[in-house]
This record gives sequence, structure tokens and C-alpha cells, in this order.
Amino acid sequence: MSVTTAPPGGAPQDHRQHQDDRDHRERDREQGRSRAGRRLRRLAGRPGLLLAVLYLALVLGWTVAPGLFAGQDPLHTDPAQSLVAPGSEHWFGTDNLGRDVYARVVHGARVSLVAGLLAVGLALLAGSVLGALAGYLTGWLDHLLMRVVEVLVVIPGLLLSLTVVSILGFGTTHVAIAVGIAGIPGFARVARAEVLRIRGSAYVQAAVAGGNRTPAILVRHILPNASPPVLVLAALDIGGAVLSISALSFLGYGAAPPAPELGAMVSEGRDYMTTAWWLTTFPGLTIALVVLATSRVARALERTGVSS
Amino acid sequence: MTRYVLVRLGNGLFVLWAALTVSFMVLHLVPGDAVTVMLRGRGGEGSSVDPAAADALRAQLGLDRPLYAQYLDFVWGAVRLDFGTSFATGDEVSAVLGRSLPPTLELAAAALLLTLVAGVAAAVTASLLPSAPLRSAVWSVTVAGGAVPSFWTGIILLQVFSFRLGWFPAFGEGDLSRLVLPAFALALPGIGTLTQVLGRSLRTALADPYVRTARAKGASRLRATTVHALRNAAIPAMTLFGMMVGGIVAGAVITETVFSRPGLGTLTAKAIDTHDFPVIRALVFLVGALYVLINLAVDLVYPKVDPRIVLRSA
Repeated sequence: MSVTTAPPGGAPQDHRQHQDDRDHRERDREQGRSRAGRRLRRLAGRPGLLLAVLYLALVLGWTVAPGLFAGQDPLHTDPAQSLVAPGSEHWFGTDNLGRDVYARVVHGARVSLVAGLLAVGLALLAGSVLGALAGYLTGWLDHLLMRVVEVLVVIPGLLLSLTVVSILGFGTTHVAIAVGIAGIPGFARVARAEVLRIRGSAYVQAAVAGGNRTPAILVRHILPNASPPVLVLAALDIGGAVLSISALSFLGYGAAPPAPELGAMVSEGRDYMTTAWWLTTFPGLTIALVVLATSRVARALERTGVSS
Repeated sequence: MTRYVLVRLGNGLFVLWAALTVSFMVLHLVPGDAVTVMLRGRGGEGSSVDPAAADALRAQLGLDRPLYAQYLDFVWGAVRLDFGTSFATGDEVSAVLGRSLPPTLELAAAALLLTLVAGVAAAVTASLLPSAPLRSAVWSVTVAGGAVPSFWTGIILLQVFSFRLGWFPAFGEGDLSRLVLPAFALALPGIGTLTQVLGRSLRTALADPYVRTARAKGASRLRATTVHALRNAAIPAMTLFGMMVGGIVAGAVITETVFSRPGLGTLTAKAIDTHDFPVIRALVFLVGALYVLINLAVDLVYPKVDPRIVLRSA
């Protein structure tokens, strides 16, 4: 489910990065500039990241208000206008039923992105609760939970999602849940490792000695300190989740046919591979760019640290 | 060493048993009644189910028996590689799997070989490149490789190399030329990941003193990288490679669908379409078993690559 995108180089470069950040911070303090302004200027210096942020903003716009970006109805068929090549009338052309491909991509991206966020949200929530419980309570519960995670890892994410979909039935929500379930082990592992690291620290011991109850310690002391790496994983996972969801939609387990969905659009366009390239190219490209952009932004978050 | 292998084998058996239990549960996790879902197929809620047919299927699947008896039967059957009969075709599940396995193994082997060769070549090339912009270009290409949906890659490959250029036949299986495009489509995401992981550990290894020593004694950059550093950088890549095998077999679901190849992937897609739970169960178990075996093999190869690693049962 994950797309590995950590930067090359490792420690030395990170160190330099931190040094840079510190220099920036000092200069900014001297000049008395706001944090937001500093961030914007730093963004402008990295064109790749800027493009990624802009593209994601566009897709978010599609998600929030698809009608604003695509004037045409994604379901409106017009046999007289079938398989028209991309042009000023239809930016991404039309499909075999004369539906506007651009409108379908806009609405389809919305479905894929919402489903992806749902999947990651589910994996994040369930995985961190399981991982945090295992890491904090240790003992037999930890043992049991980690064994379960180990077994889930053995079954490849795609096959696990496929199995869950076959159990739950087809449809976009079920696909999102299936992809989310496949993502749980990763979050459980990271959350457990973080909690294990933190629970030995002095401030947690002080909280225990101070007579706080376990839930209070978990929520007030451990959660805030364990969340940044888990949230970075969540950001990194969004791209992978969108990929898995479109793969399942491509295989035909997502929304029922007339509804636009990016993976399903690529699948439908397969019959016109030789005559109408735009049917597969635009939805495919949209998915690839969403995945690339989210992973680019997630990597930037990872490097600067979510909390800073 | 023997003790380590035995402990690992025991652990693997435990995971296999757990995977088996998970696949047993598949049929029982279906909300409502699995038999009704299977008989309805894609018809959904509205379609009616003949009660006599439902009872017959229930008896055939053993669902009319107590749970513990079903479980024991299932485990005992799996030990003998007997997974019952397919609901969709009525064939023995193990026979269906046996028929579908060879083409997928061929495809997966080709994809893994391609991943290995291309991944190592790209990582070594990237570390040999003299300029930083070129290195980061290779880096961006590998990241992009992981971002492109594999079903779309397959279609682009078909459009360009089969239809436009006519270099490779488009569909089906058979001779080697029909294997090239699907293997590449299946391998692409893995190539990117492997290049990134190997490239990172190569960079660390190249900074080590023994590389400088080798260079001082007259080894070329290429030789220092491939002969000296590569072996030291190989361990994380090997771990990754072992974990990728299961993903590649599962990815065959998409690749085989795109290229209309028969195999485990198309079998999986068909089984899920028809809610053929006996086949799905067996597939889950089979892929899990493959994962356990491959990772055991990778564990055992570690000390051959890096003699400093001593296998010990922790």
C-alpha cells in the first residue's frame, strides 16, 4: 500500500537541512517576519513542492465543488458527440457514449480522493489505537496484537483488500474500508514503536509516579508525542491508498457503471485503446499525479517535522 | 544454525496456521448468509434464492455442521492440499489452482528477475553518475515509477509497443515475446522501490573506508561499487525483495487482467466476481504460504552475503 519515497542521503543531509532551518529562523526573528510568510518563501524556492501543493489544491477544489470546475454533467450522454478528440469544446474529449471526459475526471477524482482519505483515516485510527494499546500495556496483549499484525502482513495488501471486498460486497465505501483494513498493520507497527520509545521517558514516569491514571497518561502525555511519525505515515499512505482504490475500481469492484470513478474509467477506455487514447490517458494521469503530489508533500512534511 | 532454522520453521508454521485460520474465517465473516451471497452473485439484494439450492450448497460446503468440525475439516483438508470444490465451476479447487499456477509463476519470475536486474543497474548507475542533477533525475524517475497505477502502465505499454510500434503481441500467453510487456508492467513499481532502497544503502557503503582503500589500490569506481560496496549494501534490498514477492503475485491480478493472460490473477478476479469463497480461501492461504517460504529462504541467505550475520534464535 505504501509508496517508498524517503529522500536519499540520510542523516548528513537532514542535519544540513536542520541547520538551514535554524539559520532561516534566526534571520526571520531578526526581521520580525511571520511564520506563514517564511513558509511561503521557502515553498517558492522549491518548484517541485510548489507544483505538488498547487495540484493538490486543484484536486481539493474538484472535491469540494466539482460543479465549479466542470460545467458539464458527467452522466450526460450525447450519441452524436461520441469519441470526440480533446479540443476546446471537450478538454479531455468524449467517451463512447458522448460523455465529457473532463467532467468525469473531475467527479471521479473526487470519489477517489474521498475514498482514499476514508481508507487512510480508518487505518490511522484503528492502527494507532491497536499499536498504542500494544505498546503501552505490553505483556500478553502486546504479544497477541503483534502476532495478528504479523499474520496480516503475510497476505499482500491487494489480496487482503480483494478478500475484504468479496466479503463486504462491492461499492466505493466497501472498497475504501477494504483498503483501510489492509493499511492497519503499518500504522499499528509505527504507533507501537513510538509508544514503546516514549513510555520509558522521564516525563511519563513522572506522570505515573504522580498518580495519573493510564487513560490520562495515554491521552495527555503519550499521544501528543507519538503522533508526528504516525501522521507522516498517514500522509505518505494517502497516495498508496488512492492507487489501491483505483486498482480495485479498475477491476470493477467500485461504484456501479454510470458513476464516474478514475480506475473504472481506465478500464472502460480499454476497449478504445487504439482509437481513443484520451479515454485511458487522462484518468490514469490524474491518478498518477495525485499519488506523486501527495507523496511529495508528505516527504516535505516528514523532513520539516509535522509539529514545527 | 540448525536450531535457528528449526525455530524459524516453527515460527513460519505458526504464521501459516494463522493464515489458514484467517482464510477459514473468510466464509464466516460474510455479513448475513454467505451461501445466499454466493447464490445471488452480482444480482444483489433484490434477486431471490432457491431454498433447496441454498441447502444443497450449505451441505456441500459443510456449513450445516458444527463450527469446530468445519474448522478441523478445513485444516485437515489444507494439509492434504484439498480445498473443496469451486462454487462457480464445480472443479476441485486444488486442480484449478494447479492449472493457474504455472503461467503466474512464469510471469512473477520474469517480473522479479526484471526487478532485480533493473533495480540493481539503476541503483549502481545512479551512484556512479558524476553530477547531482543527473542523480536526482534518476531518483525522480524511480519515485514516479511507484506512483503510476500499474493497470495504466500496462495499457500505455500496449498502446505504444503493441499497437503503434508492433514490437510485441498484445494479448494471451505463450512464447517469450508475450511475457515481456506484462512482466515489465508488473515489475515497474518494485523497480522504483528497490532502486531507492539499494541506492540509499549503496551511498552509505560507498562512504566507508574500505571503499577508499579499494580505490587507493587501483580499483575503478565501477569495480569499487559493484565488487566491494554492493555486497555490503545488499542486506536491506534483500529484505525488501523477499517482501515484494507476495505483492508481485497479488499484482498479477491487475496485470493478467490488462493483458488477458490466464493465471492466478485472472482466477482471483473471477473468484471475487462470482463470490467463489472456496477459491478465495485457498488463494489467501497459497499466497501467505509463498510469503512465509520466500522470507525464510531470504533469512537463510543473509549469512552467505554478509558473513558477519550469525543466525541465532533470539
